[in-house]
Amino acid sequence: MATIELKQVAKRFGQNWAVKPMDLTVQDGEFLCLLGPSGCGKTTTLRMISGLEAVTEGSIWLNGRNVTWEHPSKRDIAFVFQFYALYPHLSVWENIAFPLQAEGEKKENIHKRVAEVVEILRIGHLLRQRPGRLSGGDQQRVALARALVRRPAAFLMDEPLGALDAELRESMRAEIKQLHIHQHATTVYVTHDQVEAMAMSDRIVVMSAAEVQQIGTPAQVYYDPTNLFVARFIGSPGMNLVDGRLEGDRIRLPGTENVIPIPPAYRPGLQALGSAEVIVGFRPEAAMLSSDGGLVQGEVYAVDMHGAYKLLHVSLGNGAGNTIVHIRADRLAPYAIGSPVRFHLNMDMVRLFDPKTEKAIPRLSEGATVMSVSDLAREVGR
Amino acid sequence: MTASFYEKGPARPITESTRVDKVSPRARWLGKVRALLVLVFAFIGLIPIFVMGITAFKTRAEVVSVPPKVIFSPTLEGFVFLLTERAVASPARIEQLRAEAQVGELNLFERLALASGQEITGPSDYVRRLINSLIIAGISTVFSVVLGLFAAYAFSRFEVKGKDDLLFFILSTRMLPAVVVTIPLFLMYRQLALHDTHLGMILLYTVFNLSLSVWLLKGFIDEIPREYEDAALVDGYTRMQAFFKVVLPQAMTGIAATTVFCLIFAWNEYAFALMLTSDKARTAPPSIATMLGRGGIEWSAIAAGSLGFLIPVVIVAFALRNYLLRGVTFGAIRQ
Amino acid sequence: MSTVELQHITKHFPTVTALRDVSFTVQDREFFVLLGPTGAGKTTTLRIIAALLKQDEGHVLFDGEVVDHLTPADRDVAFVFQQYSLYPTMTVFENLAFPLRSPKRRLPEVEIRRRVEHAAEVLRIGHLLNRKTARLSGGEMQRVAIGRAIVRQPRIFLMDEPLSNLDAKLREALRAELQHMQKTQGNTVLFVTHDQIEALTLADRIAVLDHGRIIQIGTPADIYDRPATTFVATLVGTPRINLLPAVRENSTYYVSHSELHLPMPRDRNLPVQVQVGIRPEDIRLAADGPFAGTVALTEPLGIETIVHIHTGQQTLLSILPGMTDLKRNDVVRFHILTERLHFFDTEGRRV
Repeated sequence: MATIELKQVAKRFGQNWAVKPMDLTVQDGEFLCLLGPSGCGKTTTLRMISGLEAVTEGSIWLNGRNVTWEHPSKRDIAFVFQFYALYPHLSVWENIAFPLQAEGEKKENIHKRVAEVVEILRIGHLLRQRPGRLSGGDQQRVALARALVRRPAAFLMDEPLGALDAELRESMRAEIKQLHIHQHATTVYVTHDQVEAMAMSDRIVVMSAAEVQQIGTPAQVYYDPTNLFVARFIGSPGMNLVDGRLEGDRIRLPGTENVIPIPPAYRPGLQALGSAEVIVGFRPEAAMLSSDGGLVQGEVYAVDMHGAYKLLHVSLGNGAGNTIVHIRADRLAPYAIGSPVRFHLNMDMVRLFDPKTEKAIPRLSEGATVMSVSDLAREVGR
Repeated sequence: MTASFYEKGPARPITESTRVDKVSPRARWLGKVRALLVLVFAFIGLIPIFVMGITAFKTRAEVVSVPPKVIFSPTLEGFVFLLTERAVASPARIEQLRAEAQVGELNLFERLALASGQEITGPSDYVRRLINSLIIAGISTVFSVVLGLFAAYAFSRFEVKGKDDLLFFILSTRMLPAVVVTIPLFLMYRQLALHDTHLGMILLYTVFNLSLSVWLLKGFIDEIPREYEDAALVDGYTRMQAFFKVVLPQAMTGIAATTVFCLIFAWNEYAFALMLTSDKARTAPPSIATMLGRGGIEWSAIAAGSLGFLIPVVIVAFALRNYLLRGVTFGAIRQ
Repeated sequence: MSTVELQHITKHFPTVTALRDVSFTVQDREFFVLLGPTGAGKTTTLRIIAALLKQDEGHVLFDGEVVDHLTPADRDVAFVFQQYSLYPTMTVFENLAFPLRSPKRRLPEVEIRRRVEHAAEVLRIGHLLNRKTARLSGGEMQRVAIGRAIVRQPRIFLMDEPLSNLDAKLREALRAELQHMQKTQGNTVLFVTHDQIEALTLADRIAVLDHGRIIQIGTPADIYDRPATTFVATLVGTPRINLLPAVRENSTYYVSHSELHLPMPRDRNLPVQVQVGIRPEDIRLAADGPFAGTVALTEPLGIETIVHIHTGQQTLLSILPGMTDLKRNDVVRFHILTERLHFFDTEGRRV
């Protein structure tokens, strides 16, 4: 079991930062995701933790021990690659046993430990096959088994589900999460897929352009993004972001009649802003369609059917440069394209951003963002 | 703790890296070594061509001097010997010619011939043979690339019965060594009156190159997604129009690469040319070789002839170099 | 725009039969989606309609007339491919103009320019017209590909997974634009996809295809709420439908290895052994729910949260809107919307 600590770790290639200096502590037993678009430095960070890549600056600590310049094999860390990296000429059993044989483990011990992980990952029926003949999901299970069998202090995973198709990815996602719950091993997981990061992580490190944008729980990065990048990147669709203009204690949104009150928690923050321009952000579920005169009105541009719910694309304003927002709606109600709709906003869930700095405007208290079970009952009842 | 770590310094820096954009001092140093190695190899490889180049401009005496001279006064003597037929002139004739030279009635070549006591009697066969080479290699290359392109397209796109067997058969025509088939060909060509004709050589080289061009071009066309033509068909074009408008522009790299391969084969071919031509359709390679046999070996003339023989291929390869660089990756990089 | 009808189409390839007796009709101005996994025969169907492939049996009819003998150029359809259909040697403008310059329907250059510029405006690619297509992003390329279809007024648009090579956010945006364009302009579209959200979102009607056979044809609501087989039921909906074996005693179904028991719908007589299908959103957490379970896993996705609930030896997937504070091992009570249950026989057919 392990804690991993990064102190001002950075990586530079010539003049270009691959990772700007970052601090990060991964707690014992934590599942932490490094999330970001390709080229944001997440994989480089993972490779520096593993020792496959040398740091340019800073130090890496494993359980309080400085391992910055230790060889990867000495770090007691297992690495799971996207393309499995299974040895094609060895059987599944031999692949799993390989790291133990390399350590010179006794024969009966090897058999015992391989049997253990095979049981956990339910791949007993595959042991005699060659990896090349397995499905993508089974190959990744074998790769996980090979990592698991070493009983490492920590797991590092580099987009392990990236090569699988959507459906398999969904079930493997739950499997890896279950595995983590049972093993409780410290895990650092790299992905570009925000759904994966949200579903699996205890905490998420959102990275972009070699820099850490935000570190937080899935609920924090979802409801309280620190900047516009995080707001757009997290969520499918991303947060609705609409140009707003302060008018007294109200904010005018695009469209003729669309005005919302300033959420009280934002009053002090807005006074410090010194400008009337803001960006108003809200999640699709923060909008509530209402036939009896909601605050904001628009026109249905398109309707996504997600099975369990519909997602309306609503165009605010009219003509050129119209703003489109996404609103979660009931799956059974019909919405014709071009028809007008009105909606309320849950003001606790409205977030404001400074268009110049692209950063979130500070808020007084953290509003209720997580629904309790009793809220849920109300929610599903409506 | 941090302080003590810095005092000790890194125990063993880890330098493995899969990033190609990483420019560590070591990588930079390696880059320089690599560049130096390439230069050395290029230098070694170019020595024969350099020697050929300077030999073409040396006098007979300078050619055979030991050690070889690198600095010398260049002369066109070699080219005179290459391009003309000459006779040894009688002393009286030499006097007469010298007089003509005085008043400027002799051109450069005649004066050079005179310097070694010879008189030009007419042009040599070399130019004719170089032209033969150009005609035969050029036309056969065009034929084999055009025919190969259509065949390759058909093999790539249509369901042809026995496709694999046919492709193997086409390849197999290239498996027999030339020497084995020359004698039967020689007898056949004599019967068909194709011996020592341009047509005979063009046919032969076309057939021989066709296997290469079909296989190469099929590879390139396979790389062009069918969707392009499907889109054009749906858009209202016939298959032939789609071929010319859509496939051809994208196959240019492959066509260029194939052209150069075919041209080089036909241009350099020696064994067939020696056996199946005698004079009218004789190409340059056997004729240069036979220069060795004529009395005293005129090294500077041979070097000059080789130089002339080299230039057309260099020009073609240079003209197509952009396509070739991409072509040799066999479509791995799309334009 | 036209009505397109397929009558008993069968197509064999050397090693496999791609289509078996496929019949359906795409109505004028309809958005018709072919949904199915890889290898189901979706693309083969499109290619037969475009005459890029010839069927072994059956007929293709446009507006009631058999068009089997017509070439691709004469069928007057527009085809949007998944990828690789823009000509890399041409600019965006030349690509868009290409169908209008074909010998079959050559237009005057003035008219070509007008139509190309109009299509570019609709798809917001006007600023790219002089760019070589190799230098476009994936989303821009697919816009141009769609543009090349809309410059003409074809009888039908055939679209072969045009969005599947794009990343999630871009796919969503282009999907909405496509939907908006079709609904406002009234085009006839036959759209192929393996993505169930695309199918449910875009379609007026969906045909579900598997192994070259049509399994079900219906509106998105038919497919989602009344799936004909367990295959269709699992194909649409994320997370996938819960399928549980159950045995009937009198008018109550008892789910194996669990405490769950569900009433048989009244006025129907169903078999003793069935598979019960429960959509995740039809499992509702409520303090007064009749069933109890423990939370095995929560997967917060933002707009909704997937909750894995252990009950007996079964694991149910349930879905909640927004984020929750539920944790692993929490005991929850829930009820199941019995009017929305799906029953399948042991063969997987809806009963």
